Amino acid sequence: MGEAIVITSGKGGVGKTTTSANLGTALALLGRKVCMVDTDIGLRNLDVVMGLENRIIYDLCDVADGRCRLNQALVKDKRFEELYMLPAAQTKDKNAISPEQVKDIILELKKEFEYVIIDCPAGIEQGFKNAIAGADRAIVVTTPENAAVRDADRIIGLLGSSHIESPRLVINRIRPNMVKSGEMLDIDEIIQVLAIDLIGIVPDDEHVIKAANSGEPTVMNPDSKAAIAYRNIARRILGDTVPLMLMDQKPGMFKRVKKFLGMG
Amino acid sequence: MGTTKQHLVTIKGIKDGLVFLLDDQCEFTALIQDLQYKLEHTHQNILTGPIMHVDIKLGARSASDEQKEEILQILKQKGNLLIRSIESDEPEADTSNENEMKIMTGVVRSGQVLHHVGNLLFLGDVNPGGIIHCTGDIYIMGSLRGMAHAGFEGNENAIISASYFSPTQLRIADVISRPPDEWEIKESNMEFAYLQEGQMQIDKISNISRFRKDTHIYKGV
Repeated sequence: MGEAIVITSGKGGVGKTTTSANLGTALALLGRKVCMVDTDIGLRNLDVVMGLENRIIYDLCDVADGRCRLNQALVKDKRFEELYMLPAAQTKDKNAISPEQVKDIILELKKEFEYVIIDCPAGIEQGFKNAIAGADRAIVVTTPENAAVRDADRIIGLLGSSHIESPRLVINRIRPNMVKSGEMLDIDEIIQVLAIDLIGIVPDDEHVIKAANSGEPTVMNPDSKAAIAYRNIARRILGDTVPLMLMDQKPGMFKRVKKFLGMG
Repeated sequence: MGTTKQHLVTIKGIKDGLVFLLDDQCEFTALIQDLQYKLEHTHQNILTGPIMHVDIKLGARSASDEQKEEILQILKQKGNLLIRSIESDEPEADTSNENEMKIMTGVVRSGQVLHHVGNLLFLGDVNPGGIIHCTGDIYIMGSLRGMAHAGFEGNENAIISASYFSPTQLRIADVISRPPDEWEIKESNMEFAYLQEGQMQIDKISNISRFRKDTHIYKGV
């Protein structure tokens, strides 16, 4: 039986889909059998970020309503044998599916895959309830902005009253220079407010935008700092102890991290 | 009319007297009406006999001294009733809450509301967007970054204190105050907020004894 992890944030645009795509790919890179599920019905993006948009035949709603079998709806990744994606429907909205239906589908997927990564839509309504219904664990994504931290706090509160225990935090899009000059919330400050375990920090990286536009997850490119950060998070999900990435931009620092990971 | 028909007053005979069981849910005036009605109409016979001891049981009603006096006056009109006791087993509600402190732990996160009747000692943080409502005092061992409302039902003597005092807004009774326009936050000390002539004031926790003289403990000689 595999494990289902929901990637959520409350606020939109903090990098849920990017995180889902990269963690899914990073876990596949580490040899795990992974399925990513897009629950953002009506505003699906995961397929675009993964570059799999043109391969979609059936979607989540088709499976839920019994128009196809689960296996028929799964889209196989073009890079990895063991990486699949279950796309969301684009022509419907969040109310087209119920938490129970999602739960059943995730349960089915967990039988076949080691990790099921669920990409949650923004907001706290039906879409959020759908996304967390089948999850065993949660990763909350935030950015070092007050608004994002506020929403993450709200989400952690809602997760606390659900079946999911102790969610973990990813702080995305950190700009070391701005943190140093005090213009950006620093990591300790965020953790102090949210009071949950940190599972990783991801630096702001132009590669991420480039990669998302070309349908190739950043994590494939070992020259990107964000890619290393995502790989580290994936290893922490597997239970490895990986030290937090240092945010200093000293030359050579990056190479040392790479060397540490055996990729240099 | 209707009130006299529901038995608000039950009169029971015991070995050495009478027990008046008074309903504790109804309006006090209805209770008085029923008591008078019973004494003057339905139960006249017991009042004309020999002198009798009477115990009055108020149940869970929290009757004021004036109300108790009113009941006594009605019974005293009948010369043969000798009031022995007037009891109420009124629950903790009023008396205990005034002094007792409820301890709660956790994190009040954005969108969550913690409501408490009485005084509250909260161990944990109140995050921005989180709210604590309390009819009495609020003491937070942790950071207050959200909103706290003490004296929720109008108690202007209520206070709010926190180890780390950085609220988005403070309310005591009907007074609303927001930092930092109205007062400065000194981060080093535990502080508390109180009302002085309708104005929110902030002070170091060590100065609380000037405000709360009744709880001040003197040590030594």
